[in-house]
Amino acid sequence: MSALAPSVAIHVGTLETWATILSVAATAIAGDVLTAGAMRRIGDLDLIRERAGLGGAIRAVIGSPMFLLGVLCMALSFFSLLFTLSKVDVSLAAPASASLTFIGNAAAARLFLKENVDHRRWAAALFVCVGVLLLAH
Amino acid sequence: MKHTLKPSQYAILAAVMLTASVGDTLLAHGMRQVGPVSLQHLGLLLAALRNPWVITGILLLLGFFASYLTALSWADLTFVLPSTAFGYVVVALLARFWQHEHISLYRWAGIVLIVSGVGFVAGGPSLTEHPQPQHAEPPSEVQP
Repeated sequence: MSALAPSVAIHVGTLETWATILSVAATAIAGDVLTAGAMRRIGDLDLIRERAGLGGAIRAVIGSPMFLLGVLCMALSFFSLLFTLSKVDVSLAAPASASLTFIGNAAAARLFLKENVDHRRWAAALFVCVGVLLLAH
Repeated sequence: MKHTLKPSQYAILAAVMLTASVGDTLLAHGMRQVGPVSLQHLGLLLAALRNPWVITGILLLLGFFASYLTALSWADLTFVLPSTAFGYVVVALLARFWQHEHISLYRWAGIVLIVSGVGFVAGGPSLTEHPQPQHAEPPSEVQP
């Protein structure tokens, strides 16, 4: 049993590492999708600014509960990242969470925002995901 | 119908690409001048707000959020997001040609992949056409 203990500890450590990285990515995806959904409902900000001025555009954005929920998720993601960085090396945590966020966003945008994520956009998400991982080297 | 972008909208996307990366770089430069901040010396954060590099960095990051939201109001999330990743490329190229830092083959490969990814989506439509927008609020409802 004692011989197994270190490997079990390493396994739990790896699990915790990826759980914290996943929590960063999940909250970031929720923030991005909620923010994008809010902006879609509000409409073209350029047109709103032409019609109601900068103040009107800011009021339209801040008055959206979906946008505020998105910002809350982004804040949660930021604090999750800080928590993750206290346990995991930045060279793993930052690119891994960023890459997972890119792939997860493509799936979430298709599922929740009904975006047409065609082969071109899937390829873009994959290329950017791998590209971010390589930049961390 | 293929949604194409106006020159002003390309300018917004360029702002999305540049402001985040340059803002982060300026913030990092400013915080190096301010020095390490600890829980016992939180007052240093107020001192950081007087550093011109930090102030410019914060203004650029505010500009990033404004331009990011503007882009999301007329383009798909999966169209805008690769643009944000292009910021990594800008930082790497600034490091190579301005700071004369060495960039490994891995990083060059990463740059090529990100540029290719941005190129893939840039060639396609910017917005998904929905037959019936759900709960859409027309811009005219916003009062000045």
